[in-house]
Amino acid sequence: MCDNCSGDEVKKNFRDENVDLELITPVIEKYGKSKGNLINVLQDMQEIYGYLPLSAMDYLAEKTENKKATIYGVATFYTQFRLNPIGKYLILQCQGTACHVNGSKEVSKAICEELGIKPGETSEDGLFTIEDVACLGCCSLAPVMMINGEAYGNLTPGKAVKVIKDLRKKVIEGDTDEN
Amino acid sequence: MKIKVGLGSCGIAAGGRKVLKALQDEAKKYNLDVEIEETGCIGMCFFEPIVDIVTDVGTYSYGFVDEDIAKEIVKKHVKEGNIIEDNLIYTSENPPNYTKKQHKIALENCGVINPEKIEEYIENDGYQGITKVLQEMSQEDVVQEIKDSGLRGRGGAGFPTWFKWNAALNSQGNQKYMVCNADEGDPGAFMDRSVLEGDPHRLIEGMLIGGYAIGASQGIIYCRAEYPLAIERLEKAMAQAKEKNYLGENILGTDFTFNLKIKKGAGAFVCGEETALIESLEGKRGMPRLKPPFPAQSGYWREPTNINNVETLANVPWIISKGAEAFASVGSEKSKGTKVFALSGKIKNGGLVEIPMGMTLREVIFDIGGGIKKDKKFKAVQMGGPSGGCIPAELLDTPVTYENINATGAIMGSGGMVVMDETTCMVDIAKFFLDFTCKESCGKCTYCRVGTKRMLEILERITKGEGKIEDLDELEQLGKSIKDGSLCGLGQTAPNPVLTGLKYFRDEYEAHIVDKKCPAKKCEALLTYTIDPDKCTGCTLCARNCPTEAISGKVKETHKIDQDLCIKCGNCYDVCNFDAVNVE
Repeated sequence: MCDNCSGDEVKKNFRDENVDLELITPVIEKYGKSKGNLINVLQDMQEIYGYLPLSAMDYLAEKTENKKATIYGVATFYTQFRLNPIGKYLILQCQGTACHVNGSKEVSKAICEELGIKPGETSEDGLFTIEDVACLGCCSLAPVMMINGEAYGNLTPGKAVKVIKDLRKKVIEGDTDEN
Repeated sequence: MKIKVGLGSCGIAAGGRKVLKALQDEAKKYNLDVEIEETGCIGMCFFEPIVDIVTDVGTYSYGFVDEDIAKEIVKKHVKEGNIIEDNLIYTSENPPNYTKKQHKIALENCGVINPEKIEEYIENDGYQGITKVLQEMSQEDVVQEIKDSGLRGRGGAGFPTWFKWNAALNSQGNQKYMVCNADEGDPGAFMDRSVLEGDPHRLIEGMLIGGYAIGASQGIIYCRAEYPLAIERLEKAMAQAKEKNYLGENILGTDFTFNLKIKKGAGAFVCGEETALIESLEGKRGMPRLKPPFPAQSGYWREPTNINNVETLANVPWIISKGAEAFASVGSEKSKGTKVFALSGKIKNGGLVEIPMGMTLREVIFDIGGGIKKDKKFKAVQMGGPSGGCIPAELLDTPVTYENINATGAIMGSGGMVVMDETTCMVDIAKFFLDFTCKESCGKCTYCRVGTKRMLEILERITKGEGKIEDLDELEQLGKSIKDGSLCGLGQTAPNPVLTGLKYFRDEYEAHIVDKKCPAKKCEALLTYTIDPDKCTGCTLCARNCPTEAISGKVKETHKIDQDLCIKCGNCYDVCNFDAVNVE
């Protein structure tokens, strides 16, 4: 085994926290018996934890016939799967062709500057995660981003930053209310 | 009277749900007895949110509706019977240009019926195809009918549908599978989503007919997880079809049994390739298999499997109930029927269009799409997404058929049509697609895995002004090797955006390399910002917005940009109120 593929090296890419493994028992029971359901299991696991924790994948290997390598292999192959927890707001930046032609790069740059992070990262306050996606399918509204399921279209760098500032303001004011 | 609100993903993104709520609240306020329903996407995304008022005398459609306009529609039109001219976009008597030249087969019900009601689909001749098949036709008859219709796969390559069905029909196995590829991965194409969201029963019927023809009792729809609304509507439709015995055991009292399930994809462009899709269905990494054996012989769990794209299957019920001849009478000699395109990019009227094949690109883009935004100059149209290419202005009269489009070096593809104007850089676009395929390459074949990366590096160099003229030959050579050395369609077509770019826009590549200029003024590194002393009023706005303090000058005196400090962010250009900043 070379340095690049030793277990430790691989594990650096995965985030692990103490998670309640019992939560996925029903998922394993639902899919465990029939073959070919690894993707469904991982999709359900991600629904539960918001990402795929390493310990949960190891637990899955233990409880099913899947090898750890197979599970990690599938988890890292598909863009839907996340190996790290996400912030309160998930910003999906559409990088489709129509958005690209209509200036998505500038919008993305402005968002990244505003939050001080790159796509795939979460802001320090844990509020925002940015992800690039291939196409959200709202091409006539290009450029588009989607935040927690809601689409924002016809963006300009200024408009996008305003949306983020408004969301942040909402959270801060919400906190004050609770106090 | 009936009110319909377009609630496809685009309608929702534009605010359709709020409009629906406002309509409902307002109707309640006045105690109006009016049916308010949701429908799918009518294709005119550029007018969304759209509200239709269906009356006995005709349909009135309102566009760009927000909550206030919705309230006004209820009060003035529904309650008082007065049409609001300002927001009226068209009526059934006076349809818009956008629809005049279209010919709807696959999308005939989208935006017309309520996708969540099986009754509405049945009222519109729904499930007549499968009824006819079960009552009057043998499996061979169905295959023959599809052969006579000339239907070809709408997912990209345009392979004759009957040929695949026939191969699966003649294959032996314990269990045959009918699979629908609803993993629409091409960035810039969303026609499959529109069918899934707007007319899910049509797809179910297409799968039933295909399943009967090849002898499959199990169907699987492999759908993108990114289409939650499509999955939700499909699930509802499947439950309704089961209740009415269109799905399940002994369908319509015959011995034909067909069960259907949905499998959610997890986001991988390569899974649009048949054998990669099968691997993914089996819960594995979506990496293509060696062909032969073809899926028709050995597919899902090594059993005979037939895979068709959504739009292909959406044509099938129409062909069976209206007849192969009716279908074959539309289109050109070798490309029969219609094709749906997602028009987007720098086009005035972006949305979905279904056109008879053989129509020219010019008609699609200018007559239907309304031409270029801000009336700029048309430069190229990109077809076939990452597998396709850019077709230049001089080929605008190319008829849209599989053969003619292939001859340009692009491909028909799944139906993305992204229009570009003079501000789009062709090298940048090629880089954009290469970046996509490079990321989406599954890694199995060396040429695709490493070759696309090398091509991308060269393109990056060129857009930074560090290219050499030999790079162009190397790009061509690499492109040819990748095409030859890759197992599946992804690698075999990945170089197309670059190769067609070199074919039609070589001068633009050369400008980047030799003159170190980007003619479209897109590639940052090649731009030079200067201030025109005749126009500069010395307002200091640019200097105050420059992040690197590269602009110097006193108030009311001409400003100057220090080229060594300039990072080419373009802020000065954007903020200048006097058009004094030049970019070259």
